[in-house]
Amino acid sequence: MTTQVSGEALVSLNGVNKHYGQLHVLKDINLQVNKGEVVVVIGPSGSGKSTLCRAINRLETIDVGDISIDGKKLPEEGKDLARLRADVGMVFQSFNLFAHKTILQNVTLGPMKVKGMDKGTAEKEAMALLERVGVGHQAPKLPAQLSGGQQQRVAIARALAMKPKVMLFDEPTSALDPEMINEVLDVMIQLAKEGMTMIVVTHEMGFARKAADRVLFMADGQIVEDATPEEFFTNPQSDRAKDFLSKILTQ
Amino acid sequence: MDAIFESLPQYWDGFLRTLFLAVVSGVIALLLGTLLAAMRVSPVAALRGFSTFYVEVARNTPLTIIFFFSAIVLPRLGVKFEQFEVAAIIALSSYTAAFVAEAVRSGVNSVPVGQAEAARSIGMTFAQVLGFIVLPQALRTVVPPLINIMIALVKNSSVAGAFFVLELFGYGLQLSNSRGDAVMWILIGVAFFYLLITVPLGLLAHFVERKVAIAR
Repeated sequence: MTTQVSGEALVSLNGVNKHYGQLHVLKDINLQVNKGEVVVVIGPSGSGKSTLCRAINRLETIDVGDISIDGKKLPEEGKDLARLRADVGMVFQSFNLFAHKTILQNVTLGPMKVKGMDKGTAEKEAMALLERVGVGHQAPKLPAQLSGGQQQRVAIARALAMKPKVMLFDEPTSALDPEMINEVLDVMIQLAKEGMTMIVVTHEMGFARKAADRVLFMADGQIVEDATPEEFFTNPQSDRAKDFLSKILTQ
Repeated sequence: MDAIFESLPQYWDGFLRTLFLAVVSGVIALLLGTLLAAMRVSPVAALRGFSTFYVEVARNTPLTIIFFFSAIVLPRLGVKFEQFEVAAIIALSSYTAAFVAEAVRSGVNSVPVGQAEAARSIGMTFAQVLGFIVLPQALRTVVPPLINIMIALVKNSSVAGAFFVLELFGYGLQLSNSRGDAVMWILIGVAFFYLLITVPLGLLAHFVERKVAIAR
């Protein structure tokens, strides 16, 4: 594992800046994520890591700079943006499963409505995905009937059903009870092993150690460190990172 | 009391006509109101502006004036119709749609923003997000206020009686002229037939509300 994996850039951000009023949340972000890379973004809360993650599929707009996915610049609102988003899977902290749809429908809706897949094929693929994340037997239930860990695994399956080029995870385990965190992380580790390109905002250092190719440390809207997990955890360069690590690793 | 039983055929005819007015206007108002609510939350500023303007004008104008406009002014502007029922339906549905739009909009606002974000992030367009994810959830939460609006619509349809439309209230006026001795009973009869529509609507609200509730 090296910091600069040679290969084609799947996600690239150039000079990205964003303000929330007075607050400068993203400062001159330059980032390249290559095909098959697993990048973990960590940092204190308010450092802009979630905003960065959400900017990549334009759930947050940016003021300056540009973002490209697989060589294509992120379009403004409209059909082109929708098409591009279909290639970028997103998993949220609060799962966001469609509350009025069954588990199976949650997974088939995208392929059927966005890609025009027929119901039979969509259901077959959805069931395979649900089996893969271990919730196949829950298919006819509604989201509220599932535990948080199960819901998050369904959310991963829903994103995978679109066969995305890259998956974004925005603190996927932060809303989970401790005993459910691992069942979600296991699915993510499996996904990383299968070669999925992933950008993961998380506080799970274990996941970063096990599955990440690179760790980005963000503070005050900047990427302060960009290193392999090995380098980052054993020999952080900046004071901010040292301070952050000392706080979380003593726990 | 005999006056009621002697006038049952007229009541029944009036009842059916009121029901017809309410159902047709109600369906149009629900569709138009939902469309207006969708425009109100759309990313296109012109649509938002139109919807806001329409809603504010329609809900702040007395119904009688809207009736006057559609029954008397519209024909002079060249919109001709054979029956005054058409004018009544135009007035009732355009007026009620404004209230439906506001109720649906409040429902849209009650759907957690994460639902729309999740839908957008699997590649749905604005129309798909609204049609498949947001509106189905929004409409379920606004069943009680929508039924309230429909009950108001049923009662508002009585204004049509003053604009040459023979419905329940229109018959009521006719009957009280011919049975000057029993005006009170005639009007109680009219009220009873209105209740025959509005009370079941209230019960329906209760039933539907429980049936379509979404657990979160």
